[in-house]
Amino acid sequence: MKNIQVETTNATYVFSGRSKMICFILMAIGIISIIAQFATHYEQAWANILHANFFFMGMALCAAFFVAVQYVARAGWSANIMRIPEAMMTWLYVAMPVMIIILIAGGHHIYHWMHDGITDKANPHYDSIIAGKSPYLNMPFFYLRLIAYTAIWCWGAYMLRKLSIAEDTEGGNSNYFKATKVATFFVILFAVTSSTAAWDIIMSIDVHWYSTMFGWYTFAGMFITALTGMAMWIVYLKSKGHLEEVTEHHLHDVGKFMFAFSIFWTYLWFAQYLLQWYSNIPEEVVYFRTRLDYYRWPLWIAVFLNFVFPFLILMTRDAKRKFFILVFGGTIILIGHWLDNFNMIIPGVLSNNHSFHWHIGLYEIGTTLGFLGGFLYMVHSKLASAVLIRKNHPMTVESMHHAI
Amino acid sequence: MSNVESALRPALITGDKTMHQITEDICRPIEGKANKYWWMAFSVSCAALLWWIICVSYTVGTGLGVWGLNKTVGWAWDITNFVWWVGIGHAGTLISAILLLFRQKWRLSINRSAEAMTIFAVICAASFIVAHMGRPWVAYWPLPLANQFGSLWVNFNSPLVWDVFAISTYFSVSLVFWYSGLLPDFAVIRDRAKTKSMKFWYTLLSFGWSGTAKNWQRFEEMSLVLAGLSTPLVLSVHSVVSMDFATSIIPGWHTTIFPPYFVAGAIFSGFAMVQTLLIIVRKVLGMEDYITMYHIDMMNRIIVVTGSIVGVAYITEFFIAWYSGVEYESYAFINRATGPYWWAYWSMMTCNVISPQLFWSAKLRRNLTFTFFMSIIVNIGMWFERFVIIVTSLHRDYVPSSWAMFSPTWVEMGIFIGSLGLFFVPFLLFTRFFPVIAMSELKTIFHSSTSQVKKQQAESKKGDLVNG
Repeated sequence: MKNIQVETTNATYVFSGRSKMICFILMAIGIISIIAQFATHYEQAWANILHANFFFMGMALCAAFFVAVQYVARAGWSANIMRIPEAMMTWLYVAMPVMIIILIAGGHHIYHWMHDGITDKANPHYDSIIAGKSPYLNMPFFYLRLIAYTAIWCWGAYMLRKLSIAEDTEGGNSNYFKATKVATFFVILFAVTSSTAAWDIIMSIDVHWYSTMFGWYTFAGMFITALTGMAMWIVYLKSKGHLEEVTEHHLHDVGKFMFAFSIFWTYLWFAQYLLQWYSNIPEEVVYFRTRLDYYRWPLWIAVFLNFVFPFLILMTRDAKRKFFILVFGGTIILIGHWLDNFNMIIPGVLSNNHSFHWHIGLYEIGTTLGFLGGFLYMVHSKLASAVLIRKNHPMTVESMHHAI
Repeated sequence: MSNVESALRPALITGDKTMHQITEDICRPIEGKANKYWWMAFSVSCAALLWWIICVSYTVGTGLGVWGLNKTVGWAWDITNFVWWVGIGHAGTLISAILLLFRQKWRLSINRSAEAMTIFAVICAASFIVAHMGRPWVAYWPLPLANQFGSLWVNFNSPLVWDVFAISTYFSVSLVFWYSGLLPDFAVIRDRAKTKSMKFWYTLLSFGWSGTAKNWQRFEEMSLVLAGLSTPLVLSVHSVVSMDFATSIIPGWHTTIFPPYFVAGAIFSGFAMVQTLLIIVRKVLGMEDYITMYHIDMMNRIIVVTGSIVGVAYITEFFIAWYSGVEYESYAFINRATGPYWWAYWSMMTCNVISPQLFWSAKLRRNLTFTFFMSIIVNIGMWFERFVIIVTSLHRDYVPSSWAMFSPTWVEMGIFIGSLGLFFVPFLLFTRFFPVIAMSELKTIFHSSTSQVKKQQAESKKGDLVNG
């Protein structure tokens, strides 16, 4: 059995000097914002860095998840766009070490449960609830878990990319089947680690609070950012004259995913909110009470941007095929989920410091732009390091003829 | 949908069938006579249905006191069975709606019977709601007809009322979806009919379908619209069912993961039931060329994925119960696993989480006997899941003096066993009078997925490019 060799046009991407310059400018903005925040003893500083890093980490992680699912589900339509998530997921190599550094250096400023003596009965700051959680929430185990996530996720991204590139030169289906095995293991490990990582990195900020939905809710948000990122990269590459083989039919499918998972995110957001609001149990409801009292605008704007907006503009068939709508709508969705991550991280960190004075200003946006610069640099350079359309992929023939 | 297919994909119609043979094979059970196995199954189902009628009549005539419910355990087998049946009713719409949106060609051989199963299962579920009302003659009270009752307006804050809306919407959309899919197939039987009565009935059923391009265009459009409407319904129905429990403050019931976790469990149990039914149907009706081992393999994959999602949810619940630091939460879960109902909990764990993991093995996924056995195991496990959630969370109340155990009476057991008759009688009639495979739709993959196309593909020098 032999697969079609694809004669692709314009399949080599060059990371231009201009694009590099833009990435460096963004990174410089980030570095300046971070330094300025620390110089002004800004109480949100550590949380802002965590927020920005988590956002792009989630995007890279779910790009890896997307790649893995394409193998496990034997998807055909996506073969020609695989190089994009394959480039996006390599950001994990940076995001995960950075995450460990942030949480080692800034953990005490982010997590109330890391405070000295909080689990010590003799200490005046003793907190019996946190003491009860300490078999799980203690520093050695916490950092050990972070290292495990790093190892598992980076292994998945590395293997999936390696096998995909080997397929270009070696041909045959053996790399495809090997990648399917890796993808299966990755999906299983992802199912557990995506939830536990969400508890560790984010849910434990509001350490007294708990919600069984939290892991899946976090995943839903990350997955949309990955899908949106993919759509925007396709549009970008096409506008530069690449990816001729990727048609509006492929874009339509990515658009459908963005639409569907925006609704899925809303479903989980709403179910979590509704159940806690309805039962009105003090331990639980305090989470949303804080956000309703002090973070009303970010809370409702996030719901609007993540649900009402994509629901209305991505509804029609034509909308999902238009460059402008995908880029404009995609930008709004990314801002919406950035804001949602803000709502998940910042209120907890600030209230641990007995503060409700949140800001979204130059520091927050600047930090995020810095991480955006790093992320874009990584994706640009990985896109340039392999051909843009996979050669010898057994599903290429289906992707080439994809029409809906 | 394009006819070009990767060589990796196996044939979905085996036995080198022609278009005509497909029609013949699928119409045969309707046009021929039922064999003795069908009559045996039908008699047993009718007996069960009769038993159901007797037990329900006895309950309604005498009162709910004939059940084993007590002051502490106010919901037990009734709601367990309700949720079990609604869950089973999830696979049909998942196959017809979500797998349609994902363009999964293998759904075409199984969607018809899965949708039929959905409809009959939802009827069974509804019967438990009505039966446990105690006064079924006022079963219309949950409907918002309140102006007829003076100031008595239904409580829109109650998830029980949401449930009435969710399930009736789901039932009506599923029914329309199923029936509209049947129209072209009814027309085929109408056109082939040899007797006057068959001609008459299938003319009536086929709504004047003439098979024109315009007919088909409308048919396709309607399928997409209905798929779009049913996709959120697949998620919403069981989410609302879960909220019957999760909106409460009862430890073990109140947990935010319930809506998506119930949906995953429902799809899991629904596919297990589809396996149970289809493995029998393909054997009895000789449909092995249409429901191939690949179809069974694909369904087993869905079972292992949804079973594992359910497993993650069990572990999440258990972990967060401890993590929350709420002693009542922790106790509810420890009591489930180690208390007097430990056997129910471990039956659930074994059947739903541990044993389906065997399906990671491709060999076992393609083993018919093992698949059949597993499908029964999963059905049992999912029944226990609902029993565990409902009864173990209730039976040890906050006040130890109200602690109680639950044991069902013969009446409750009779209603449950009888409900299998309520399900199988219409399902068996369906296999006799309705085409069990959506033959007209199945023919749309004739040029891409039959065994002869696959042979051509293998021989072709151009590799996997066929009909391009």
